[in-house]
Amino acid sequence: MNEPFIPAFNWQEHVISPWMSELSMTLPIVLMAFFVITSCGLIGNYLILRRMALVGDAISHSVLAGIAGVVVFTGGLQVTGLFIGALVAGVVTTVLIELIHRYSRVKQDAAIGITFTTLFALGVILINLKAGQVHIDEECVLYGEIAFVPLDQTKISIPLAMVQAMDNLPLAGEFIKGGQLVVATGVLRMAIVTLVVVALIWAFYKELLVSSFDSALAYSLGINANMVHYALMSLLSIVVVSAFESVGAILVVAMLILPGATAHLLSTRLPVIMALTVLHAALSTLLGFHLAKWLDCSIAGALVVAAMGLFVLAWIFGIHDGLLGKWLRQRRVQHELPEEITQSSSLTT
Amino acid sequence: MSEENAKTPVPLELHDLTVSYHKRPVLWGVDVEVTAGQLVGVIGPNGAGKSTLIKAAMGMLPLNSGWVKVFGEPVEKNLQRVGYVPQRESVDWDFPVSVMDVVLMGRYGHLGLFKRPAKSDREKARECLEKVKMLPYADRQISNLSGGQQQRVFLARALAQESDLYFMDEPFAGVDAATETAIVAILQELRKQGKTLLVVHHDLTTAREYFDSLLLLNMRVVAFGPTKAIFNQELLQRTYGGRLTILSEVAEAVGSKAD
Repeated sequence: MNEPFIPAFNWQEHVISPWMSELSMTLPIVLMAFFVITSCGLIGNYLILRRMALVGDAISHSVLAGIAGVVVFTGGLQVTGLFIGALVAGVVTTVLIELIHRYSRVKQDAAIGITFTTLFALGVILINLKAGQVHIDEECVLYGEIAFVPLDQTKISIPLAMVQAMDNLPLAGEFIKGGQLVVATGVLRMAIVTLVVVALIWAFYKELLVSSFDSALAYSLGINANMVHYALMSLLSIVVVSAFESVGAILVVAMLILPGATAHLLSTRLPVIMALTVLHAALSTLLGFHLAKWLDCSIAGALVVAAMGLFVLAWIFGIHDGLLGKWLRQRRVQHELPEEITQSSSLTT
Repeated sequence: MSEENAKTPVPLELHDLTVSYHKRPVLWGVDVEVTAGQLVGVIGPNGAGKSTLIKAAMGMLPLNSGWVKVFGEPVEKNLQRVGYVPQRESVDWDFPVSVMDVVLMGRYGHLGLFKRPAKSDREKARECLEKVKMLPYADRQISNLSGGQQQRVFLARALAQESDLYFMDEPFAGVDAATETAIVAILQELRKQGKTLLVVHHDLTTAREYFDSLLLLNMRVVAFGPTKAIFNQELLQRTYGGRLTILSEVAEAVGSKAD
């Protein structure tokens, strides 16, 4: 008969076995999701602090134009070309927004709206023009499928000692073939990008902090706030394009804001917020992945829902100004108030 | 005069400075030379270009004409020696940093790339917080501060910059009386140390006692000189133009001077 709308939850099937017999499929997907959410979340923190959440949205769309441009000019999609295309698209978006905003009376949010929709449209047209020769479809770029991540693999030579050490582990045969480590290409690329993001934030922590908090002071300290801005946007474009192919724009756009926004509800110290962002990435990866297993649905969709779930939890239980805390405080005030009111009214009568 | 200049360059020299926003001039032909150890109040009505003057002097705005020299060099070369206190509202006070973090930002100019604030920088920051009586608040999140406390944190940060020339944009705006007194004391102390300060101020009644020199500004420089010489009804009227409400304020201020 009809399948139930929500499938029955099976602990063994939905939680345990993905980590046992299906490990070679699970691990690349989970790692990919974690790296994407972490790198997006960390950069997103700065977008939130600089009130530029929408710019992230814009760049993740206009990167399509960059990719399309590369396809048109080179006739193919190589990784280097992809990165250069994304970088150019990111910088062009940033410059265009700035130009429209500065040299017309259009406000910044409207300038963002004009820029990315136009570039996105341009990307679509470019792809249509080349449709016969190259395979690239907008659907895939927007909704890219993370489930396919394990399929594209790269072999890396590793020292023999490591091979032997790993041989003793269960299921090692899935990852070591012919003395070489087999990893999903997308995961490898995303891991490198994530490392670069972490390293850059670590190295330029001061410059990012002061130019986000007080750009005028940054200037007087000899820090070029404009340069920091463009560097951040370029980095964002790189993250977006490397995440794009495998997970799609929807996940990227969501994860630029959700982890940071959640962490901001839980702490008022930037280093702690950064750490919480990574924690949020790990938790939403695991929750989302198993949710997708259970419901047999889009992994990207489940990841975003899980991330949102964590945000709602932080919103309700946040220590500083969570809804629960506010409600309790208000109740306390209401309990104390009537007494005072009765006192003052008795005084006046 | 010129020989003397060659030895110790003037902290701030503005020549024929013209700045405009959206093709409307905000500053027009500003010619000012501020010698070392002066505490200068920049006075003028709203929209007179006071903040613009400071930003232009720091090289933050494109100039239509003229030039700026800080200690005899283009300002970009001597930014190290320039400290800045922006308007309090110009930053987001919900930003996730502590009071200590904000004051440490003042030390960033002394640190190289990739360097973290050292123990000595924290020590310096603590010293500066102590001077503005905000040391007990060092670990507070900045959103939990009152307006006066926020302003003191900004001042502590400026002190931590250890500059020779300071630009301050309305440091007295919206602060309590105790903070105002504290700020005045620190400004005086900085001047005694031979620092040069340009402070945008909006209150005419206190301007006279706080500053030894005044720069009366209304798009152009109406007058620049020792407070005693230029704080008079005629010049103030020329600065504030036909604004009646302010004129009565001017009369009051000048009247109280006569007492």
